[in-house]
Amino acid sequence: MLHRTLSGIPLQNHYGPEDRRAAEPAPGEYPYTRGIHPTMYRGKLWTMRQFSGFATPEETNRRYRYLLEQGQTGLSVAFDLPTLMGFDADHENSHGEVGKCGVSICSLADMETLFAGIPLGGVSVSMTINSPAAMIWAMYLAVAGKQGVAWRDLNGTLQNDILKEYIAQKEFIYPPRPSMRLVTDTIEFATREAPRYNPVSISGYHIREAGSTATQELAFTLRDGIEYVDWAIERGLLIDEFAPRLSFFFNSHSDFFEEIAKFRAARRIWARLMRERYGARDERSARLRFHAQTAGCSLTWQQPHNNLVRTATQALAAVLGGCQSLHTNSLDEAYALPSEQAVTLALRTQQLIAYETGAPLVADPLGGSYYIESLTDRLEADALAYIERIDAIGGMIPAIERGFPQSEIADASFRYQREVERGERLVVGVNAFTQSDEPPIELLQIDRTAGDAQVAKLRALRASRRQSGVDRALDALRDAADANRNMMPALLESVRAYATLGEMCDVLRERFGVWVEQAVV
Amino acid sequence: MVPGRFPFMSNIRVLVAKPGLDGHDRGAKVIARALRDAGMEVIYTGLRQSPEMIVSAAMQEDVQVIGLSILSGAHMAIVPRVLQLLREREMEDVAVVVGGIVPDEDAAELKKLGCAGVFQPGASLDEITGFVRSAARAR
Repeated sequence: MLHRTLSGIPLQNHYGPEDRRAAEPAPGEYPYTRGIHPTMYRGKLWTMRQFSGFATPEETNRRYRYLLEQGQTGLSVAFDLPTLMGFDADHENSHGEVGKCGVSICSLADMETLFAGIPLGGVSVSMTINSPAAMIWAMYLAVAGKQGVAWRDLNGTLQNDILKEYIAQKEFIYPPRPSMRLVTDTIEFATREAPRYNPVSISGYHIREAGSTATQELAFTLRDGIEYVDWAIERGLLIDEFAPRLSFFFNSHSDFFEEIAKFRAARRIWARLMRERYGARDERSARLRFHAQTAGCSLTWQQPHNNLVRTATQALAAVLGGCQSLHTNSLDEAYALPSEQAVTLALRTQQLIAYETGAPLVADPLGGSYYIESLTDRLEADALAYIERIDAIGGMIPAIERGFPQSEIADASFRYQREVERGERLVVGVNAFTQSDEPPIELLQIDRTAGDAQVAKLRALRASRRQSGVDRALDALRDAADANRNMMPALLESVRAYATLGEMCDVLRERFGVWVEQAVV
Repeated sequence: MVPGRFPFMSNIRVLVAKPGLDGHDRGAKVIARALRDAGMEVIYTGLRQSPEMIVSAAMQEDVQVIGLSILSGAHMAIVPRVLQLLREREMEDVAVVVGGIVPDEDAAELKKLGCAGVFQPGASLDEITGFVRSAARAR
C-alpha cells in the first residue's frame, strides 16, 4: 500500500502540534479557511442539487418534478452532447446522440417545456453548459420573463467556464479569446441585470475527472478564476461589482482527508488573491462559494453497489469541507444515466448525512486536526507553485495553447493507471476482491424515439415561427459580434424570435471560427 | 511494407479514435500511451471524428487495428457505420476494437457485426494491449 494521498503527497504515521502553524481564524472570518459563514450549515444547509437530464424536455421535466418531490432543494440541468456542442437535433453530427447524455434543447420552446410547472422565482437552477452558455442562458432568462419573474430575483448558476473545456472537458466550439469575450459578456450582463445570479461556475470537477491530482485541480481552477477576473476588469467592471457572484465547482474524490483539506485550501487561496492581488474590499468578493460533485471517475462497473459507499464517503468529505451545494452520483454511474431508483438512493445519501450524522451541526469540525491543517497548508503551497508557473507562462490562455495543463493531467492520469495496474493502488472489485458472478442491475432506458421527436419539433418550429424576425435577430447578433458589443441583448432577441441553438451558434462559428485541439497524449 | 503479410517484421500500427461528439478522452489517451510503451505505433486522431474521417485515417496510416473510444451512448449509431465503411473500402482486414460505456447486449451485437472486441470500464491495460497485439497479428 502506498503511504501517499491519492495525489501523491507523502504521509507520516501521525501528525502532531509541530505539523501545523498557528490557529486559523474562525469560520466566517477572512481568509475563510474554516468556512465562509460563522454558522455554516446551522444557518443554511447545503443545497441538494442532483445533476439531471435525458431524452426530451418533457421527460426531464418529469424527473425534475420527481426529484423536487423527493426533497431535492435545487435543480441542475444536464444537456445532451448536441446541445453542449451547439448543434440542433437534426444536424448530421447529432445523429445517434440526441438525448443520450442529457436533455435535448434546441430552442426557447424546449426550454419552456423543460421548466413547465416549475416556478423559476422559487427554485435555484444550475445549468451545465459552456460553449453555448450565453445562448442557453438567454433562453432561461426569456422563460423567467414569460413566467413573470424579474431577472433581479433569479437565483441560479451558469457553468460557463470555457477555460476548463480546453483543459479537460473538451466541449469547446470557438477559439479561446472570442470565447472569453462571450463569458465576459455574461458576467457584465449578470452584474447589471441579474445580480443574484452566478454567471460562472469555475470548475475543477472535470479537470479531476480527466485524471488530475487534487493539487492540479485546485491550482488550475483558481488560475482559471484569475483569468476571468482579469478579463472582467479589462472590460471595465470593478472587482467588488462582480467577484461576489463568481462561484466554483469542485470534485469530491475518494481520499477523504485530502479532499477536505483541498476545499479549505481553496477558500484560503482565493480570499487572499481577491484581497491582495485585486484589492477587493467587499467581504463577499473574498468568500469562495462552491458546489461539489462526488467523483464519477472513481465509480466502477464491477460490483456497482460498492459505489453507494464510495459516494457516501465522498459526500461526507464535501460536507466536512463546507460545500454550499452538492450532487451525489448514482450507483449505476459506469453503466448509464441514473435510474429513478439509483438517483433516489443518491439523494437519500445526502439526506442521511444531513439529518442523522450530526455532521452539519458544527462548522469546520476537523479544523484544528494536526493532519488536516498540515495537509491544507501543503495543498495550498503546491497549488500556489503551479499558479506561479502559469503566471510565468503569461496566463492560462498561453498555458493552454502550449498544452501545459493538458499534459500535466495526461501524465497524472497515466501515472494513476499504472499504479492500479501494478496493484499499488487497490480498487475494490476491480483489482482486489473481485467476483465473477454478479447479478445485473436495472438501468435507465432512454427512449430511442427522443431524437426523432426533437427533429419533428424543429420542423414544426421552423414552419410556425416568423422567419423575418429570426433573420433580423441573427443579423443583430452578427453585428454585435463584429462591433465588439455585448452579445446578450442580441441573443435575447434571437431566442425570443425562436431562433434555434444551432442557428445562433453558427452565426458565431462564422465570425469567430472553430477551435481544433492539438491533442496531447 | 505490407502490414499483415509479415507481421513479425513490421511494427503494429494502431489508430486510436474518438468518434462522434464525445469529448471524454482520458481513456483513449491512457490506452494510446500504453500501446506506445508496448512498442506499437499509435496514431491518436483527436476528438470529434466522423466514421468517414476515421476510416480514411486508418487507410492513410496503414493501421492493422482501429480502437474506438465511445462513452456517450452513441456506439450503436457509430460503430456499425465504421464497420460498414471498412467493408465498402475492402479494408476488412483492419480489426476494430471498441472501449467505453457499452452494455453487455450491445457488446454482443457489435461483435456479431464484426467488432474484434469490446472493452468495458475497468479493463486492464495489459488485457487491452495483449488483445490489440493478437488482433493485429491475426491480420
